[in-house]
Amino acid sequence: MAGVLAILPQQIVFGLALGTVYGLVALGYTMVYGVLFMINFAHGEIFMIGAYVGWWVLALLLQAQVGALHPAWVVPLMLLHAMLFAGLLGVGLERFAYRPLYLRGATRLGPLISAIGASIFLQNAVMLSQGARMKVYMTSLLFPRTWRIQIAGASVSLLVIVMIVVAGLMMWGLHLLVQRTKLGRSIRAVAEDREMATIMGVNVRRVIAVTFFLGSALGGAGGVLVGLYYTQIDFFMGYSAGLKAFTAAVLGGIGNIRGAMLGGLILGLVESLAVTFMNPAYKDVVAFVILIVVLVFRPMGLLGENVAEREKV
Amino acid sequence: MATAGWQRRMAWVLGAVAVVGPLAAPNDYWIGVMARICLYATLALGLNIVVGFAGLLDLGYVAFFGIGSYLYAFLASTHFGLHLPFLLAVPIVVVLTAFSGILIGAPTLRLRGDYLAIVTLGFGEITYLLLINLDRPVNITGGPSGIIGIDPPAVAGFALSRNTQYYYLFLATLALTLLASGRLRRSRIGWAWQAIREDELAARAMGINTTVAKLQAFAIGASFAGIGGSFLASWQRSVFPVNFLFTESINILAMVILGGMGNLLGVVMGATLLVSLPEVFRDLQRYRLLVFGLMLMVLMVFRPEGLLTLQGRHDEEAEPGA
Repeated sequence: MAGVLAILPQQIVFGLALGTVYGLVALGYTMVYGVLFMINFAHGEIFMIGAYVGWWVLALLLQAQVGALHPAWVVPLMLLHAMLFAGLLGVGLERFAYRPLYLRGATRLGPLISAIGASIFLQNAVMLSQGARMKVYMTSLLFPRTWRIQIAGASVSLLVIVMIVVAGLMMWGLHLLVQRTKLGRSIRAVAEDREMATIMGVNVRRVIAVTFFLGSALGGAGGVLVGLYYTQIDFFMGYSAGLKAFTAAVLGGIGNIRGAMLGGLILGLVESLAVTFMNPAYKDVVAFVILIVVLVFRPMGLLGENVAEREKV
Repeated sequence: MATAGWQRRMAWVLGAVAVVGPLAAPNDYWIGVMARICLYATLALGLNIVVGFAGLLDLGYVAFFGIGSYLYAFLASTHFGLHLPFLLAVPIVVVLTAFSGILIGAPTLRLRGDYLAIVTLGFGEITYLLLINLDRPVNITGGPSGIIGIDPPAVAGFALSRNTQYYYLFLATLALTLLASGRLRRSRIGWAWQAIREDELAARAMGINTTVAKLQAFAIGASFAGIGGSFLASWQRSVFPVNFLFTESINILAMVILGGMGNLLGVVMGATLLVSLPEVFRDLQRYRLLVFGLMLMVLMVFRPEGLLTLQGRHDEEAEPGA
């Protein structure tokens, strides 16, 4: 037990870092659900592709031998490329796989199955083009192992602080965008009532596309952060990460931006503590049990309204 | 668009072809493929009851397939030293798998559409994780190395051994499940399922007990998987957790969707295509899932009602005028 208590602060820091990233990826699910009432099943794959884009940026920089790589400019560069690529991919997906369905007014199962197809397609496209073997992130070149600080008995690497700060800043930026700008107001209007928003002159198609771009870009950024943290990525990483981020979104109340962040933090902490106290083989079971329990007993999540039974408007 | 009468005639022709099929098969391997088609068609018909008839999108159907396979392995193998005869073991497995359908279905009753899909997916993943991890502290499932030494089907001292024999067993079972599905669809329960699929609120208002009807769909759908699971275990003579991954759920779901949800002949056709095409295009095996994903998207965008559809079936998703 003393051994467990000794590593507890470490596990909490680990959980916080993981939780902010879950929150970041969860935002993609929540925003898309907010405007379209659909689960973008392929969001996990967008996250995975973000991780690959980040890897490629780093690999090309190393190849070009530009000299000393300092994280202060390399990490933003990786994030920027990953976000742009992931965002555009999200828009493309919306345009070709989902828009034809929602324009036709299809029921909820059609878009979900189309999203599952997109997910399988993207996973295999990455596997075929990038190889099935995992790729290694050269994190140690950016963040030397000696860059650590002591906080409350835990030895925290600078990378973890960067992760928390980057994810926090992005969430804050998104919050401002949605609450304070004209674009944000139209996103909220579409989420509230799509038909009424159309009548009020909101370009609904554009708003939905922008929402996909924003959510996917955040997912791509999450992919880079997770790649830097775990240092290994593969084409299948999006599946479980996507399910966990979705769990986080549901836990906080889907469609609710602050809920996604809260759900991410709780899930990250619970999961890292579960690994400490129980058989790590059941680590993934924890997330699924939380998901099922929340959906069955409190489908509206911690901060949300009840949407599990709400019909498509 | 196919009419019901046309489909019935097609069914008779296909049935006749299936019976003489093994004579035309180039070798034993292809008879094995045909047996697998029948096995998967039975599974797809089970999922069709949940997804096609009742409109409940179950993404974790493979859990029932896995539960059925492992239950048969428990009852008839050297693993626990139990060797129940085939004709006793299969009914027990079917009843227990149906019960597992009720257990998994019950918590999802209040959920609709995509939420139900994600929860069933969660149950599927939990089942897989349990199968792969329950070799410790007490060895129940054999962990990643599964269970081997499973008894083949034997009736009155005669044990099946050749692929042809399995093929006819599976084909006969498929015929029975087809018949049962057709009967169910035109039964009181079947109409209740279809009412729930079209509009749950209205169904409830019409006096349908939606709770009971949904649980019936889960239980009967799962029982088909129990049959399929017993057959797989006794045919392979072994079961492994990797037989029951999420991709398998999607594979079976795609069989149901490809042929047109709720359409029996379509579901059998979907199973035939999705089992045999990868065999025909062996060299393109690497691209199988890529094409598969693309197919799901294209199908949903251009032909959400599937390849075969019954004329006159009310379908909200059909395009206007189609």
